[in-house]
Amino acid sequence: MIISQLGYYSLIFGLLTSIFIFFNSSVQIKRNDTVISSKTTGLIGFQFFFVFISFISLIYSFIISDFSNETVYSNSHTTKPLFYKITGTWGNHEGSLLLWLLVLTGVLLGFIFKSRHEPSSYRRLTILFHQIIIIGFFVFVLKTSNPFNEIFPVQTEGLGLNPILQDPALGIHPPILYLGYVGTSIIFSAALASMISNYVNKSWAKNIKFWILFSWIFLTGGILLGSIWAYYELGWGGFWFWDPVENVSLMPWLSLTALLHCIVTLEKRELFKKWTIVLCIITFALSMVGTFLVRSGILNSVHTFANDPSRGIYILTFLLVLVLLSFVIFTIYENKNFIQKSEIFPLSKETAVLINNWFILYFLSVVLIGTIYPIFLDVIMDEQISVGPPFYNKLILPFLIPFALFMSIGPSMRWIKTNFKIGLKNFLIIFLTLIFSFITIYFIGKKNVFLLLLFVGFFYLLLKSLDQLRQRTKNFAQILSHSGFSLLLISILLNSFLSNETIKNIQVGESFVLKNEKIIFKKIAVEKEKNYESIIGFFEVLDEKNKIINLRPEIRIYNEPEMATSEASIKTTLFKDRFITINIIKDQNFFNVRYQQKPFMIWIWISTLIIMLGGLFAIFKKNKEFNI
Amino acid sequence: MMRMFMKLKRLLKIKILIIFILTCLSFNNTAISSSFSEEQTINITKNLRCLICQGQTIHESNSDFAESMKKYIKGELESGKTKDEVFSSLIEKYGQWIVYDPGISRNTLLLWSLPLLLFLIGGVIIAKKIFRKI
Amino acid sequence: MSDNNIFTDFRVQTLVEEKTINFEKFLSGKNFYLINIWSSWCEPCRDESDKLLELKNDTTIMMIGINYKDKKKNALNFLKLYGNPFEEIFVDKKGTISINFGAYGVPETFLINNDNKVLKKYVGPLNDEDVYEIKKITKN
Repeated sequence: MIISQLGYYSLIFGLLTSIFIFFNSSVQIKRNDTVISSKTTGLIGFQFFFVFISFISLIYSFIISDFSNETVYSNSHTTKPLFYKITGTWGNHEGSLLLWLLVLTGVLLGFIFKSRHEPSSYRRLTILFHQIIIIGFFVFVLKTSNPFNEIFPVQTEGLGLNPILQDPALGIHPPILYLGYVGTSIIFSAALASMISNYVNKSWAKNIKFWILFSWIFLTGGILLGSIWAYYELGWGGFWFWDPVENVSLMPWLSLTALLHCIVTLEKRELFKKWTIVLCIITFALSMVGTFLVRSGILNSVHTFANDPSRGIYILTFLLVLVLLSFVIFTIYENKNFIQKSEIFPLSKETAVLINNWFILYFLSVVLIGTIYPIFLDVIMDEQISVGPPFYNKLILPFLIPFALFMSIGPSMRWIKTNFKIGLKNFLIIFLTLIFSFITIYFIGKKNVFLLLLFVGFFYLLLKSLDQLRQRTKNFAQILSHSGFSLLLISILLNSFLSNETIKNIQVGESFVLKNEKIIFKKIAVEKEKNYESIIGFFEVLDEKNKIINLRPEIRIYNEPEMATSEASIKTTLFKDRFITINIIKDQNFFNVRYQQKPFMIWIWISTLIIMLGGLFAIFKKNKEFNI
Repeated sequence: MMRMFMKLKRLLKIKILIIFILTCLSFNNTAISSSFSEEQTINITKNLRCLICQGQTIHESNSDFAESMKKYIKGELESGKTKDEVFSSLIEKYGQWIVYDPGISRNTLLLWSLPLLLFLIGGVIIAKKIFRKI
Repeated sequence: MSDNNIFTDFRVQTLVEEKTINFEKFLSGKNFYLINIWSSWCEPCRDESDKLLELKNDTTIMMIGINYKDKKKNALNFLKLYGNPFEEIFVDKKGTISINFGAYGVPETFLINNDNKVLKKYVGPLNDEDVYEIKKITKN
């Protein structure tokens, strides 16, 4: 109770500190001070500290199950394991916004330390713009989503956390995702500051590149964790559904990826200044759009917990203010210092970057329009449509073929001008590509030119990337990420075409067959756990070599809140995942069994990790230049 | 001498690969699905929204509605209906909301064309930038 | 088949006598047909049973029950307990007949006229306002 109050007042102090920093910075900017005083740095530290205390208080309230706190009451329960009491802190609207705020203040503190050698006018302006965002969110949290609301009379037991959210991957998913998602805020603030302080140049690019990579890596990790969770928790073996909630994290990722390529061009050649700034603004705006869509409850989906219109309207208004602000600053400073001296030659790395951006922005527009169009249609025309996988597949897949080809050629281009010659080596790579693609298509058993071309594109990219390993000017970060990307797409394609699945209603003792494998339903057992009861099915799978694989899918019946979930049992090998779930059929002795063979599943995760690793390489390669 | 040998070796490798491909391609595709209507049903139900669930397809859901729908579709296919006929009859019954493929209609014209239009505009801008001085 | 018409050309089995008949041929002789999808395991169905009994008194309506994914024994018990408002009950063991009507689940009620046109569709249990509305339609 006291701790809860501490958390609340800590938030108030945080807000007051922000307002003070805001005015203090404005005064210093007017006076044109040459150094950032240690006082300002200290205040920013305090600001973070206050939010941190508040965050810790909320975690503490969850741990001790303080049901005088409304957030704890609505989302926790005494019988929940400690780990899920803690992760429950950010598994709800109020707590997740406090996490937003924590990351928001944290990245500013990080920025202050990372930018010690940058011009003080640029740093101060960044602080100023970032304070606007911070104040906006402080007010939002305190006004509409206070995590420390008290309830009377004090309840003795909480309502519990949605069981499907009680999962280790989903427990750490939000902090990772938010580091990436909210990390884009500092890019936004810094971009506005660099425009005004006339600092859009090579040094700025070097400075902000760290934060772009930082956000990009965490966002990739967050998306990966979310997909892994969906794969084994939601119980039907998919990992990406083009659900609006997923799209919302994909959009800033796409725009960050485009930005990453631009910032390097800016760093090397002082090109694309305007466009880079625009991308910085777009990226953060997309994060805000995502927050609006998820937090306002305008999307109706499993992940959406909140549905209070006042929240949505606040975020939307705040987003519009920020966009308007950046638009005004952009138009004022656009022509002052964005004179571009260098030329672009058609055959150059600059062109490759432009083409990269062209495609990525197209993919982004598909995802954005696919996500928000149904909402507009519903509001304006009162017509409900569903925009699902077929839409995205049709608009994205064909464009992946030329995209992969450009992506293969791009890295071997030089800055300024490239002379092209196709040697024997290139010929060999093309040849190997065709061979791999034909073999793959043969195994899939679909004679489809379009599919063949897709494989050609991605095998070519993979081989081209690997080939660069042998070159002297190798750039490990880029090679890793590009090979990871091609591997990812190949794994996804193979997985989707080679997966087998069957759904059977069977009793204990019965068995069925799926493609050379026999699945036997051995027995059923019931076990009691702390916060649920589970019905466990014991299955044996006999593979083609008659080896026995044991699978133990569960049905969990949670007590608080009362709800049944189906826990998949998965056996992973390098080449194949075996995936089984069971469900109870009403009024019958049968169980509904869903068995799936999913080839190359683990490669989807591995290749995403490789993509991330590329980003990490780029961050830690300090002295060597980072290329694309 | 060494280099010659390497080149020969590489050529040999390529030849082996070509032969391998040709043998592969000469075999016929023998994969026959165990049950055609079951596979077709999954194909259709993966593209249908479970109307009483939240963000799930009929295929993924185990609700009563989804289970009935699976049986219904299987029955329709076995009575000789095509995939398109099944889809259009379900749209008539339940509205456009049930299918994940929005299709092209007056309402969705912008949905499909806007991204493509943006792609074209982007292409023009980039081409102008690159070929400005040539 | 237009938007508002119901698909009726299929074979169904009656609950009590287990006769198989064509549903379309069954629909004759009345101006209105009220099709109610119900089940013994569906709790809201119990709440709406008295509403259905009230509508039974309207002679212009033929009351038809569709027994959804149920066991015959349980279904008959249910009718004994809560009363039988239906002139005929058909069995929908797999739930496919309900899909044919374009229904979501139980309970759900359709009011159609003698051209098989759907005049009203109620998802979930009927309430007093719905009953009033149905009566108003059948009077005109």
